[in-house]
Amino acid sequence: MSATTSITKAGGHSSVARLLMRNHIWVFLALTVVVFSASSPYFLTVNNLGNVLTQAAFIGILAIGMTMVMIDGEIDLSVGAILALASALAIGLQDHIGIWPAVFVGLLSGAALGFLNGTLVALSGMHSFIVTLGGLIGIRGLVFIYTGEDALMVSDFSYTDYPEIYLGPVSLTAMIFIALALFFQWILSSTRHGRETYAIGDNIDAAHDAGINIKRHKIINFTLCGALAAIAGILLSMRLGTAEPNAGKVWELWTIIAVVLGGTRLQGGYGSMWMTIGGVLTLAVLRNGLRLLNTPNYVELMVMGTVLVLALLIDKLLSRQEA
Amino acid sequence: MADPILTLSGITKTFPGVIALDKVSFDVRPGEVHALVGENGAGKSTLMKVLAGLYHPDAGAIIYQGQPVQIDNPLAAREKGILLIHQELSLSPELSVAENIYLGAWPTNALGVLNKRKLRRDAQAALDAMGCSFGPDDRVGTLSVAMQQMVEIARSQAFSANVVIFDEPTASLTDTEKDQLFTTIRGLQRQGVGIVYISHKMDEIFELTDRITVLRDGQVQGTVTTKETDATAVTRMMIGRTLEAYFHKADSTFRDEVLRVEGLSLKGQFGDVSFSVRQGEVLGFYGLVGAGRSEVVETLFGIRKADRGTLRWQGAEIPLPTPRQAIDLGMALVPESRKEQGLVLMMGGMENTTLPHLASYARRTVMDRGKERATFDEYKDALSIKTTGPEQPVSTLSGGNQQKFVLAKWLCAGPKLIILDEPTRGIDVGSKSAIHTLIANLAERGLAVIVISSEMPEVLGVSHRVLAMAEGRLVGEFEGEEMTEENLIDAVSHHLARPAAE
Repeated sequence: MSATTSITKAGGHSSVARLLMRNHIWVFLALTVVVFSASSPYFLTVNNLGNVLTQAAFIGILAIGMTMVMIDGEIDLSVGAILALASALAIGLQDHIGIWPAVFVGLLSGAALGFLNGTLVALSGMHSFIVTLGGLIGIRGLVFIYTGEDALMVSDFSYTDYPEIYLGPVSLTAMIFIALALFFQWILSSTRHGRETYAIGDNIDAAHDAGINIKRHKIINFTLCGALAAIAGILLSMRLGTAEPNAGKVWELWTIIAVVLGGTRLQGGYGSMWMTIGGVLTLAVLRNGLRLLNTPNYVELMVMGTVLVLALLIDKLLSRQEA
Repeated sequence: MADPILTLSGITKTFPGVIALDKVSFDVRPGEVHALVGENGAGKSTLMKVLAGLYHPDAGAIIYQGQPVQIDNPLAAREKGILLIHQELSLSPELSVAENIYLGAWPTNALGVLNKRKLRRDAQAALDAMGCSFGPDDRVGTLSVAMQQMVEIARSQAFSANVVIFDEPTASLTDTEKDQLFTTIRGLQRQGVGIVYISHKMDEIFELTDRITVLRDGQVQGTVTTKETDATAVTRMMIGRTLEAYFHKADSTFRDEVLRVEGLSLKGQFGDVSFSVRQGEVLGFYGLVGAGRSEVVETLFGIRKADRGTLRWQGAEIPLPTPRQAIDLGMALVPESRKEQGLVLMMGGMENTTLPHLASYARRTVMDRGKERATFDEYKDALSIKTTGPEQPVSTLSGGNQQKFVLAKWLCAGPKLIILDEPTRGIDVGSKSAIHTLIANLAERGLAVIVISSEMPEVLGVSHRVLAMAEGRLVGEFEGEEMTEENLIDAVSHHLARPAAE
């Protein structure tokens, strides 16, 4: 059947160009780094970059779970509230049951709420936007009830020592973020579960026809997303030594922005942790750089909003060219 | 002759109100290409979905390799060796070729970690067996449609399929690609794979297949050996009807010509189409699905861009319009897929009716609800639409009443020419006859009407003049006494029977 050989491959871009197009966020990140390095002498220092990484870690860990859920074609708006709940439980319970059991309960609460989100989405057929919007409001309410509307303070200060562990300029928090991101990238690229995530988000009918258990699959990803939000909450409580009932408010939006900025598709089927790391770092670099330049807070928001729209516009143009 | 590898006997499948399959029996032998033909709604896709495990039959048996089997889901079908090649390809564009071939059955170790080497190697073997030029690592989204189809067919190698079902595989292929596909199919045939080939295209069926089974209204009309029959006979089996219905033909006088079309052509869809229609006249377009009828009217309406052709509107030559210009001229197109194109299902009947004409129902920008209400009441009565009120979402109405709102929407603009594409598809018998009466009323009011229909009694019953189309060409024009089923069938089937000239 040699006749088929005359069918040639569509699209003529070289693999390097393709790689850059598909990971445009890193090009963008490099540009911002160059701009800020030129405009502030404090930006390109080892200490500051270490700081950026630590600041990025919290949104970053949320973004890892969000990426999993979003490649599936879903969204999770409850991550900020889950973060607050896990942080409150981890601090609030440690006087009663000890530090590590409290941390474990915090983690478990995140996983359980993620499981609940996933189950509701998968079994009811409701859109995850609605389900997790309910979660966002309801879980936040739960946090206020548990904390009694006041910030909980840690009493055993050894708890706040962990974030002070550094490897050179890199904090433990940042190391955990990087490790988790790499691990989940491996899940996405090398495990059956990861590849099925793409298949489901890309063409749910094809995935269903191929016998993939879509419901179970989505529940797993929502559970992972909840658990990761809890990890971020616990790390935050260690860093601050307190658990604010308002912790992580609107962080779900920053998380979604970071993931989308990275290039992961909101409709699902396409994305990676590399992209998400790029998006998270770009947001963190922008914020840090603007602060170093003493930009007023509202101007910062304006700039970041503009950057987001611009980055997505570039993404749209590039993907059209590639098609 | 070899024993059948797959036999269906007495398969029955009903949906609320419809018998989709009525005691269908059908078999495929190893190394045979067996065509399954029939008009839309004949039951082909239902039968296919039963084979692929998407539907479970109410009665009947599936015998595979001599054993009665139950096909629970698509994966089970595939594991048994029954593979369905979808018309709309069932692939994930962001995944690689190898991942798509083995979608849902990726090789993993005990921990769920992908064995990428095995995946690649196996996929490469399947691709080699088919002679594909692309590799297992290519992303499916970057491949052409023909290559994507090859990826699906490669599953037959990967899963050692014994039966492969092709659903209209050439629908989006060029001629060269089609030849390559046929080479591939013949290759499968030599491997002893039994092939079910579903198509509307007679030339392909006679080029490729060994036997032909014709379905009509959920029943098998017969299975014939391809060599011993011809396209005319098969077409007759497909469309010959016994059902008689009452039709109300417009009693109107034809006046000035509204539209004249000369030499309208669109590459790959239809060529050199010329016709005219007058005030008060109902012009019917008959043809099998894929004959190019919808494409012609969509081109008139500016939805598709014609390559060639001239239009005269009320005697004056005009450039081919955009949809907005067509509406402004006084054309109305009631599309076939009313849900997708015709109605906003969550809106009420009133809002749907006035949707394309909001400017004339608004004072500056504020809507004039009273005027809207008056229009709604007028058409509700004129078309006897059954609805609880202007706010009832049209999604909750029956198909017939939905169709009437689609009509109301276009009629309230006061068109001079109304084009109805399959106006009664999916509508119950009662509403059908109401729509037929309505068509007659429109013509009697002096509108020019074009009706497209695959139902021969309908097109003969409501039209004053009928054009027959086949494969993008006008193949006959009938008026008065000449308007008979025989003539239409002859025109269409003779064209289809002739060897493909292109």
